[in-house]
Amino acid sequence: MTRAIAGVAAAACLGGAVALHAAQDTRWPAPKVDRPELMYLRSSTVVKRVVGDYDAIAADLYWIRALQHFGGERISAPSHVRTYALLYPLLDLTTSLDPYFSIAYRFGAIFLGEAYPDGPGRPDLSVALLRKGLAAQPARWQYMMDLGFVYYWHLRDYKSAATTFQQASEVPGAPSWLRPLAAVTLAEGGHRDASRALWQQLAQSEEPWLRDSAKLRLAQLDTMDVIESLQQPVQAFRGAHPGEPVTWDRLVAARLLPGIPLDSSRTPFVLDPNTGAITVARESGLFPLPGQIQAPR
Amino acid sequence: MRAVGSVAVAVFRESVRDRVFYNLLLFAVLLVGASILIGQLTAGQDVKIIKDLGLAATSLFGLFIAIFVGIHLVSKEVDRRSVYPLFAKPIRRGEFILGKYFGLLLTLLANMAVMTVAMYGVLYFLSRGVPPQIQGAWDAPAMDPALLKAIALIYLNLAVVTAVALFFSTYSSPMLSAVFTLGVYVAGQFNADLKHFDAVVQSPAAIALARACYYVLPDFAKFDVKLAVVHGLPVSGSYLASTAAYAVMYIAALLFGAVVLFSRRDFK
Repeated sequence: MTRAIAGVAAAACLGGAVALHAAQDTRWPAPKVDRPELMYLRSSTVVKRVVGDYDAIAADLYWIRALQHFGGERISAPSHVRTYALLYPLLDLTTSLDPYFSIAYRFGAIFLGEAYPDGPGRPDLSVALLRKGLAAQPARWQYMMDLGFVYYWHLRDYKSAATTFQQASEVPGAPSWLRPLAAVTLAEGGHRDASRALWQQLAQSEEPWLRDSAKLRLAQLDTMDVIESLQQPVQAFRGAHPGEPVTWDRLVAARLLPGIPLDSSRTPFVLDPNTGAITVARESGLFPLPGQIQAPR
Repeated sequence: MRAVGSVAVAVFRESVRDRVFYNLLLFAVLLVGASILIGQLTAGQDVKIIKDLGLAATSLFGLFIAIFVGIHLVSKEVDRRSVYPLFAKPIRRGEFILGKYFGLLLTLLANMAVMTVAMYGVLYFLSRGVPPQIQGAWDAPAMDPALLKAIALIYLNLAVVTAVALFFSTYSSPMLSAVFTLGVYVAGQFNADLKHFDAVVQSPAAIALARACYYVLPDFAKFDVKLAVVHGLPVSGSYLASTAAYAVMYIAALLFGAVVLFSRRDFK
């Protein structure tokens, strides 16, 4: 047998095997792959032992898994109960294997703090992750700044936020705008303008993801302004028609509004007919606004 | 020295004949494939991950070559009986051992040089066109020359592993040599544990034995500065110099030992 014949025979046999496989799949479909949320190893000490010299590349793999897990949960079907159960363990492993992985700390804190259902709504874990990063690199003012944001935006602890911004501003190399930020935070804690100033600073970040997150927050703040302005016609209607349900159609019919109001993602606002409370719809790109929904624990 | 050089060149040529350099193809596919896929998976961390991947693959492929080629360096000549006509020539056993060792080091050097160029090529490709303000946020530049520090220490690490493999290869079968070399490599990874053995046992004898093993076994963790280099952390020249001196001393000890063992073997 010549080499050419043998080569052709090998290719033909492989082709036959592939064809048979495909035919079997049609008649006896392959079982659905069960994808339970599995993490075989959770102890960073064990993982470090297992990977030896290759800790950096292992950290990269866990980081990719964390991104996939977060993204997968976030875009999962409505029937799926989003738990984000593996997010913190994966980020913890990533940062234990590579303690200098700054993006894992910074994005990880954003992911963890994100309100449910777009994230696990666990700002306490954001704080834990950023504090871990600061233990590894105490001179990273960026981690302190992010920590201040978590205190300010998610935990509404304005005093801690101001203290953290102040500490960040004292780190050599920190930008000059951090010091006034600390003062503004303390003086105007909870005020939307102070919050806007914080996010406008983050919107200047070199990291595209951070910029996108800041843009979303700024859009949410604008939306909160719009909601506030919409309260006026709603209250006017309720004053004129006490005890009657209030809807957008009735407000438009009463010429209190020119049309059904839309948010910046072109989704109609939701109006509670009984209380007159206004918020963004679940389908909106701006959902949820701060404090709109709580994560299951 | 001429005899050492001749044996070394012969080992290098044999590596080429044995298709050792085929691993470079795998390395290239791995890096290029990763550079295409990683951008979609890693939220802007592609440069860091390519550096991690390139350094890890360089180290891992080199390790396989050092162990699996190293363990056959002497035993193959003995099994094929080609060692007999060789010793009929004016070549001493020590020169034979040194030639074998430097031949494999030459193979590793060529291998790592190509991998380094390929890694820098992929990094250049990835960083091309990235705005300076985004590059400014990276821990270290894409084409960071400091990567060469990590690569140099990986090479020294592999030089020690090769010396260990060659040492075992002079008196043991390839299978046992592979087991011993891997054993020393793994033990050398966890060397620091031996130093703190007193935290887990009370026996002074056991503690003294562990402490002795700590100093005698090669400390491979010394050669790992990949994480520091990728994050742009400083790796001082004095650290590099002292680690290089440690490697040279350890290699010299193993090679002298290998020459002694090989000289005692009877080929008559």
